[in-house]
Amino acid sequence: MKKVPVQMTVNGEERAEFVDSGTTLLKFLRDKIGDLTPKAGCLQGTCGTCTVLVDGEPRLACITLVEDCRDGTIETIAGLSADGKLHPLQQALLDHFAAQCGFCTPGMLMAAKALLDANPHPDRADVEDALSGNICRCTGYEPIIRAVLSVSSSDACRDTAERGAV
Amino acid sequence: MEIRKSYFADERHDDLKEIGQSRQRSDTAGHVRGITPFYADRRIPGLLHLRMVRSPHHHARILRIDTSAAERHPGVKRIIVAKDVPHNVYTMLSLINFGPEDEPVLAFDKVRWLGEPVVAIVADSERGAYEAAALVRVDYEELPAVFDVEDALKPGAPLVNEYHGQNYFRYDSGASRKVKLGDVEAGFQRADYILEQRYDSSPIEHAPTETTGCIAVPDQNNRLICYTPTQAIFFTLDHASIILDIPGQRLHLIGGTAGGAFGGKVDSTVEPITLLAAMLTGRPVAFIYSRYEEMQISSARAAERIYIKDGLTKDGQIVARQVRCYMDSGAYSRLSPYGAQKTAGHFPGPYTIPNVEIDCYCVYTNRTPSSSMRGFGITIADFALEVQMDKLARIIGMDPLEFRFINAYRDGDMKAHRQLTEGAALIECMQETSVWANWPIESRFLKMSSRQKRA
Amino acid sequence: MAKKRGRGVAAVNYPTGMNLGGDPTQALVHSTTTGNFIVSLSSVDLGQGMKSIMAQICAETLGVPTERVIVDTADSDTGPHCTGTFASRGTHRAGNAVIAAAKEARDVMLEVAANMLEVDSRDLRTDGTGNIHIVGVPGKSVSVTDVALAAHFEQGRSISGRGMFFTPRSYPSPTDGAMKPSTCYAHACTIAEVEVDTETGEVDVLSIKSVYEVGRALNPKMVEQQLVGGTWMGVSHALYETTEPYYPARDHAARDFNEYLMLGVANLPKIESRVIERPAPDGPYGAKGLGEMCANAPIPAIANAIFDAVGVRVDSLPVTPEKILRALLAKGNSAVA
Repeated sequence: MKKVPVQMTVNGEERAEFVDSGTTLLKFLRDKIGDLTPKAGCLQGTCGTCTVLVDGEPRLACITLVEDCRDGTIETIAGLSADGKLHPLQQALLDHFAAQCGFCTPGMLMAAKALLDANPHPDRADVEDALSGNICRCTGYEPIIRAVLSVSSSDACRDTAERGAV
Repeated sequence: MEIRKSYFADERHDDLKEIGQSRQRSDTAGHVRGITPFYADRRIPGLLHLRMVRSPHHHARILRIDTSAAERHPGVKRIIVAKDVPHNVYTMLSLINFGPEDEPVLAFDKVRWLGEPVVAIVADSERGAYEAAALVRVDYEELPAVFDVEDALKPGAPLVNEYHGQNYFRYDSGASRKVKLGDVEAGFQRADYILEQRYDSSPIEHAPTETTGCIAVPDQNNRLICYTPTQAIFFTLDHASIILDIPGQRLHLIGGTAGGAFGGKVDSTVEPITLLAAMLTGRPVAFIYSRYEEMQISSARAAERIYIKDGLTKDGQIVARQVRCYMDSGAYSRLSPYGAQKTAGHFPGPYTIPNVEIDCYCVYTNRTPSSSMRGFGITIADFALEVQMDKLARIIGMDPLEFRFINAYRDGDMKAHRQLTEGAALIECMQETSVWANWPIESRFLKMSSRQKRA
Repeated sequence: MAKKRGRGVAAVNYPTGMNLGGDPTQALVHSTTTGNFIVSLSSVDLGQGMKSIMAQICAETLGVPTERVIVDTADSDTGPHCTGTFASRGTHRAGNAVIAAAKEARDVMLEVAANMLEVDSRDLRTDGTGNIHIVGVPGKSVSVTDVALAAHFEQGRSISGRGMFFTPRSYPSPTDGAMKPSTCYAHACTIAEVEVDTETGEVDVLSIKSVYEVGRALNPKMVEQQLVGGTWMGVSHALYETTEPYYPARDHAARDFNEYLMLGVANLPKIESRVIERPAPDGPYGAKGLGEMCANAPIPAIANAIFDAVGVRVDSLPVTPEKILRALLAKGNSAVA
């Protein structure tokens, strides 16, 4: 198997490694970097549990080649609370009881972070769209949507009465 | 979410300190940081990978298994076939005192469903295991298959499972679990209307985001550790110990949080073979289901076919209910005989009916074995029962909710399986729903109580 | 094209525990030297919050805050036997075992405190914040931490307890099926409101209103998690989910999340829940199992609502657009204005 060099920033840290050509970003993060936060729910790009940010964009790490991420900036949930304090999104999920088994949570949070980094004032439809690539089997999604909206600073998003669990 | 404290207030002491409070969960902080350990998050040096060679046919005789090409694959460490499994029988039913056992861990003479495991490949990489699995050659003689539960019960249907000798599980009550109260035929005689309907469902998957799997690791003192998301630590441990023919004390099962389960991580189909692989190689072994395996190989909720025949009077009383329920167990029992029996205890629903006859069948077909899933034995029955109630109400032009009040069970009512109703609250749930959702009903129904016998 | 709205209702009950009983669970509780408590179990947390709720139950029984209790579970070497986490048995069986174990530990804790305060243990009460007081004597108290230290290092007592919950197995009579499936049942009533597109057969579930009777809501937020998540799954079952869309034919089996359809994040109904509590005499603080029931009533409620909306019955799950359109065509009512 041909080995190729890759170099990128992962959660603020410069990493340079040799990998087998064709290695996915997910395998690289979990096995080489030792970051177990992105999950391998399907390995086909259909469940979202492997969602990480590459240069600010949400990517499905299980179908992304690490070779295509050279010189990129990779963010996973492991970098969200690096200074010991929870990111507002993490705190919001905690406060809203928006996780049960927790398997979808890392991917869900990165997809939400990508949304808020690009659009600090999303409305409910924006949040639904941003999370539409992340499957959750436990929560029914509603608490997650509310948690994300609570972090957004838009007045429009306060109106969650249209749909939602009370 | 409101808790309506006024109902049954005299049956409660609400002077608790911790109970009733929405204390923050102990695991959510770990979830949001992604540090909750799931079984596949264990990092173990020298890990081997197991992949399964599976039947491509619904029903076939195995003529020959040729693993020679696979053995020559450089990554392969061990190949496991039926004769390598010390006790090659799954033991789920005997562990809940339900016997007989009817399913091999690895097939040897026949395969009975598309996907049935035949050969386990253990290799030093996932890729190597996949490649070697593709090199295994199995010669089959295809057999006719049966997929429909009622077809499976017809004379002349292909026999799915020789352990049973017929395509249904034999209860001590015969081909079905039977419940009988009163005389349904007499009930039908005095009914003003008869409604006979059929309801169907198809298999439904748990589809947790974390797939089924496990990692087995040889440990100190000649023991084996198994990291597993099983829902039942000791069920799996006992199961594995019998199949491996080793004392249970040599096994150490460690779970954590399962990444979603919903009844789909009970069957313990991965742990025994993975532990065996670790035993035979002396190395740690991981067997993690692909998403395809999770969808099509791991057990699903049984499809069901339910016939309900009801006798109804003009004033809205169900005087007789006859139910025939067929649960599609697939090729093997797993937990379905237990599930079909649970259904028999659930019919005719939370209603007081004087004449009831229930027959619940556990039927074998050539498909992926079904097993427990959230609502095992209840969910599909409730679909049939509550659609039937809706239809019955409309026959006599009665409001569907009011119709349920007339038939709802109350404390002290005799149930079909000869237990007295206790702790009933169906009436109160319906009253609260009616007012809250603005589904108007006559005021006499709002005055009813589960604690009062009907007039 | 017409969108028609309709409402449907369903009412159900649900048995707690393994059918016919015979499913034991054990628990052990012990205190550390500094007055924290460890609950040892083998029950598995599937995300429903087993560990959290057992801590809360133990804390209530001991008379200490929940955060002083840690639950260690899912290790066959350290936990006593549990039949497993399924059949809505977890809270009921393990909860009862934990109460029994915590009671035994509490008795020892109070005896140690009684020795320290030179009173009878029956004259003591816990305040739920970490102290033990003499009833009716303000100012005379001792902290649970000090009691734990004294127990270990001065009085030589083990503040610990063992608990077991077991309902003996019942067997159905072969002739008439007389049997005892469960000792307690939860209840639910659901009203679903749907909108059916008569041109495409698609169903939009607008709202689900459910009232659940659960014995006792031990942790309301956690109860709500189950009710919302379960309702979502019920709606998903009703309209989308199957591994074999042409059952009993095995063709076009769903192999992945592209082919296995589930209710999506942008199609959520407005889900509202209310809770009623009729304590089960044998439930832990009266609780009944609810984790499975919450997915059930929405399914027939939706089927009934579809009939109310467009006048056709689809008596097979999932109720797909294709089945609705075929039923409308058969009725001569497709795309009714």
